[in-house]
Order: sequence, then C-alpha cells, then structure tokens
Amino acid sequence: MFSRGARQLERRLRIQPLGTSLARAYAAGESALPQLTKDRYPVQRGDYAELTDNHLSFFKNLLGHRVITDASECEPYNIDWIKSVRGYSRCVLKPKTTEEVSKIVSFCNEHKVAICPQGGNTGLVGGSVPVFDEVVLSLSQMNQVLDINDTSGVLVCEAGCILENLDERLSDHGLMMPLDLGAKGSCHIGGNVSTNAGGLRLLRYGNLQGSVLGLEAVKANGEILDCLSTLKKDNTGFHLKHLFIGSEGSLGIVTKVAIQCPPKPKAVNLAFLGLKSFEDILKVLKKAKHELGEILSSCEMIDERSINVCTEHLKVKNPLPDYPFYMLIETHGSNNAHDEEKLNQFLENVMSDGLVLDGTATNEPSKMKNIWELRERITEGLLYDGYVFKYDISLPIENFYSLVPVMKERLGSDAVRISGYGHLGDGNIHLNISVKDFTQEIYKKIEPFVYEYTSKFRGSVSAEHGIGFRKPKYIHYSKSQESVQLMKELKKLMDPKGILNPYKVLP
Amino acid sequence: MARVLVGVKRVIDYAVKIRVKPDKTGVVTDGVKHSMNPFDEIAVEEAVRLKEKKIASEVIAVSCGPAQSQEVLRTALAMGVDKGIHVEITGAEYDTLQPIHVSKILAKLAEKEKADLVIVGKQAIDDDSNQTAQMTAAYLDWPQATFASKIEKGDKDITVTREVDGGLETIKCKMPAVISADLRLNEPRYATLPNIMKAKKKPITKLTPKDLGVDCAPRIQVVSVEDPPTRQAGVVLPDVDALVGKLKEGGHV
Repeated sequence: MFSRGARQLERRLRIQPLGTSLARAYAAGESALPQLTKDRYPVQRGDYAELTDNHLSFFKNLLGHRVITDASECEPYNIDWIKSVRGYSRCVLKPKTTEEVSKIVSFCNEHKVAICPQGGNTGLVGGSVPVFDEVVLSLSQMNQVLDINDTSGVLVCEAGCILENLDERLSDHGLMMPLDLGAKGSCHIGGNVSTNAGGLRLLRYGNLQGSVLGLEAVKANGEILDCLSTLKKDNTGFHLKHLFIGSEGSLGIVTKVAIQCPPKPKAVNLAFLGLKSFEDILKVLKKAKHELGEILSSCEMIDERSINVCTEHLKVKNPLPDYPFYMLIETHGSNNAHDEEKLNQFLENVMSDGLVLDGTATNEPSKMKNIWELRERITEGLLYDGYVFKYDISLPIENFYSLVPVMKERLGSDAVRISGYGHLGDGNIHLNISVKDFTQEIYKKIEPFVYEYTSKFRGSVSAEHGIGFRKPKYIHYSKSQESVQLMKELKKLMDPKGILNPYKVLP
Repeated sequence: MARVLVGVKRVIDYAVKIRVKPDKTGVVTDGVKHSMNPFDEIAVEEAVRLKEKKIASEVIAVSCGPAQSQEVLRTALAMGVDKGIHVEITGAEYDTLQPIHVSKILAKLAEKEKADLVIVGKQAIDDDSNQTAQMTAAYLDWPQATFASKIEKGDKDITVTREVDGGLETIKCKMPAVISADLRLNEPRYATLPNIMKAKKKPITKLTPKDLGVDCAPRIQVVSVEDPPTRQAGVVLPDVDALVGKLKEGGHV
C-alpha cells in the first residue's frame, strides 16, 4: 500500500527535507570554498590559547570518538551553509549530556580556549561557525525528547533536537511547535532559542520569548543553570531565561528547553494570491487581519524576483505565473467549514475589489506543501545566483518594501538580482542582493547604507536572524549606546574571559 | 465532439503520514486530510484540456464514496469539469469497495451519459490496485489504452502513447475507449479563485449503486492490515577490513 504510486509522486514533486537540499547545495559549490573569514574581514584573533595535544587528550578522554579533528571532516562545521564565512577550527566536540558540556566549558574557561557553540548551522549571519580556530561545540548528539505533556502542552527536550522532528513527535499528541521556518529540517531547537528565531507563524503564535517557559544552560565557568521551569506563570525574581534567548550563545550554552506548544489545528487553509502593487498588498493585509481575525496564522509576501529564484533555479512550479507581487495567506482553526467560509468570503471580497488579480486556495496538505516551497526555498535557491548579501530588516509597514527600489537605483547593473520577500504581517522583510562575486566596492555601496536607511525609519537592522559575526558593528543603528553598554557589562559578568562565541553579537 | 467521463477517488492525501488502526482492520481515516487521488487529478487535467482544445464537449466527473467524496468532485469542478456525479456508498460497503464495483458503476454511467471516453488514473495511491480502467473496458467491451503518457485525437480514433517496461508504446484505438492516466501525461493545474467560486454553482447529481443496478456487497474480507517492517539500524564499522569481513560473512562478495 502507498508504495509505487506515492513514490513516483514524491520523485516528481521533489519532496525532500531541507537537510538533503542543503547537502546538495554544499556539493554544488564544493569547488568554490568561501574565503577564510580572517582574510575577508578585518578582524584580529583574540588572546586565546592555541589548541594543544593536552587539550585534545582531555576532550578525547571525556568524549571518546565524539571528537572530530580531521580537517575535511571539520570543514562542514567551519562553513555556514550560505557560504559567507569560513573558519579553520580543527576540533569539533559532540557531547551527549549537559554534564559533558559543563566539563568541556569549564575546561575551556580554565585554559582560555574559545568555543563556538553550533546547532544545525542554518544561521544567516555567520554566528554558528568559528571565525578563527575556536573549538566547535556541536549539540547535535543532544537530541532526546524528555517529556511531552498532552494536557499542558509543554514539551521538554534537549537542545540538539531538530525542529521538524519535534513537530512530528508532537503531532502524535495533537500538538505542534509554536514556530516554523524554512530550515526546519536541519535547525536545532537550541539554536532557535539562542537566536530567538521568528519564522512563518510568529504573527499568530508569538516569538520564543513568549513560548519558552524554561531552559537549562551551561555558563562560561561550566556551572549548570537550571531554569527549566514548565510553568506558564512564574514571577519569582529576574527572568533569567531571557538572558539566553536571543543572546546567540554568547552568555551561555542552552542545553535543554521547555516550550509551550499550541494544539495542532484541525483545519488549515492556504491561499496564494497574485497582485499588481505593494499598495494593494497593504490593503489586502489590513482586510485579512479584520476579516480572518483569529484564524489568520501567516501572512507573507514575495516579489516576482524572489519567486523566480524558485522557478528558475529549483524548478518549483508556480501555479500563478507572472505577477509582480504574491501573497500567502494561511489560516489555522478548529472547524474547516467555518474557516473555509470565512476565507472564501474574504477572497471573494478582495477579488471583486480588484486588489487581487488571481489566486488559488487549497486545504490539501500536498498542495499546500508545494505552495509553501515557493516561499521556503527562496534562501536555498538564491545560492545559485552567486554571492548574496542578505538583510533581515524590520520596518514600519508603510516602508516595508521601499528599500528594494531604493537599492535597485543605487546599485543598477552591479547586482544580478535585488529581491524582497518576508513576513509582511510582522513588518519583517528579507532583502537579498545577489552579485556575481563578492567585491569590496559593492560591499561598500551596500553597507552601511542599508542600515542607515533602516535606522532613519526607526527599523531594526536584524529582525530575526540575529547579529552573529556579520552585524555587531551595526547594532548601534537599532540599540542605544546605553543598551549596548549594559549588554557589554552583562557579557563581562557572565563570561569574564570571553570564551563563548567570541567576535560576535557585541561590537 | 466527445463526451468524457472521469473517475475521481477520494484518498488520504499523500503528504499525510499513514497510521494503521490498533485493531489492524485498516488505516486511520478519521480526522485525516483527504484529497483527490493524484493520478485521477492527471485524468481530470487531461479531460479539461480536451475540452479546451474543443475535442470534448462535456466533461463529467464521478466519485464513489461517502458524503465527503463531494469535496473531490468540487475540486474537479474547480479545475474545469462541467458536472459531477456522486455515487453514495457508505459504511461496510464503502470499507470493502473494490475496483470491480467501481468499474461496474463507471461502465453503467458511461452508457447512461453516452460517454465516448472514460479516463481514470492508472491506480489509486491508497490500494495501488491498478484495475479499474481495465475492468471498466471489459464491462463495456471497449478498447483500453492504459498508462497513457500522451493522447492524440484522430477522426474516429485516438492515438495513445503508453509507458511500458523499457520504453514507450504507441497504439491506436477506436472510440469509445477507456484510458488510464500515467504520471507524465500532464501536470495538473491549481484551481484558480474565479473557478473555485464558479464550481460552487455547478451541479452534482447524487445516485446510489442501486439506482444503477450495481450490487456493492463485499466480495472480500480484510484479514489484517499491518505496517511495513521498519528498517533495521545500520552499524558503523571501524575500517575497510571489517567492512570486507562483514560483506563476506553476508555472502555479498
């Protein structure tokens, strides 16, 4: 049963977890390794210990064969998947327990060995790979689900669990993860929490600062900090968990998390719409919020150049070819008849108002999956363009798309493609500038201009990707001097020797 | 111009993970998303294209099953089918519904609707039977062209390219005929919003097997439905010698 026919279809529709496609993307560009970060960017190695045989034998005693030192085996841990940065670490550690993490970190702190914590390595700002020779601490072996409570909806698991696997496990309990993003097949929950990852349904389910009920983290001195509360309400003193959500492993290493998971919706509907202008997109967004109300779960926009990435490079089929703008509107609810009626009424309205030129709507999982591919695989497809300057910006909704035409005018033929897509409902646009090859001239034409422009509208220079290695010097465009100063003081207090993910987050 | 009858089966969506019922009498269908059998979708697409090319005058979709089968008929109507026929079959009869019953129903309807072509998917992704087209042709005593990857209409006949083991076979057959659609026949369209709206107003006729004089009494008994065996975990070997040893042990080299 479900054998031959279904397999043929899978082949045709190229259904595959992101992991496989990432592996392929790696393979595709294997010949062209990115330049070493230390050579491309003006950055000085910190005063950290060089790795010695003594260090290695300590690690090997502790972890046995879960220590990787072979140069080619270390390579994937040294390069981010969009190949924008490359370190040269010769030591990757794969602890299986919090105690092992604690012992590693404590040892590194004592010997002043720098550490780069790494999850699924799907980050987009170079935060998850070493800049120089930092020891890579991969959480991939810490992938156990510890508890799922059907009644409270609380999941407790280790940091190295892959997001999509968690979602599958929860599905047996009628629950789902409160976040979903294109990298779900590879990214780890620990990385999601450490970067406060947003994703496609933040509009409905909120960000991780709300969903994470508790966590366990290892501090720079190796101490294990147990904040693994599963309570919804707990106002006892400072909310220390927030120090680790979004601090990108610079204050401690997240080893376990407790997450509040919503019930899996019984009814899911998806509409894919073609529009003629960004003004119309804003009108449809407003209507969607009012008319779909509580069932609206996602509202995304994609411009034509972004969607072409999927159709040209990845051969994904676009059911509505050739509109300048597209929208994806998804609903989650508990009663399909109710949701469908609401959605259909809304769609009829926006069609008859002439705001939407054409569209399609479906509640079939396979079709919805195909449509989502047009949005989720843009990042992957862009890799085929050449080098991509990626920006993840929050802007007031009226100015959401304005950066794209501004950059087009500024760069002209220097760029292969300038595209914008993103989380319209959350005011978060992903601006991508593809060029044939990275050059300092183009780089200087783009940065800091993009950030100055964002700052002018009081936007954020990093909406959901974080600061990582690429953006510390631009943090001041979105944060006051006093805020950055307090962050630095916290860092000094929690990691006095600066061994945790150095060269990142703070200027 | 030809009148085309298309069979559309409601099956569990292929993106959904299949679960066997604990009592092993079947798979869990309650609360599970269903959609049109993808091969039937290809059949619908082909019929609609024949209509767009003015080869077909009317396209009629048939689905046999419970009330929810009307959902797949609506999908077919939104893709461009003119009208739907829902042959209602529920309960125990639906649980043991087999290609033999469905082909009898399709044959009766083909006669009733004066169809010149019956197009169905080559198989349904739930039971993988691959029998309905063949048996329908037998009941009607019409020629059959199965596993079609290309259909061309001549004056009184049709030329069909079939996907056979090791290549393609091109055959010519007289009309009326029964065709089963293979994967590469076409890529089905997504129903567009205006057509989804229009589909709501298109007619769906409801019938029972009895109305057609077809007996749907069970002919089989389900003894047991079980999960396929899970794949055994692999082992990591320390070196090439150990690998060669293992391969020899297993008689592979």
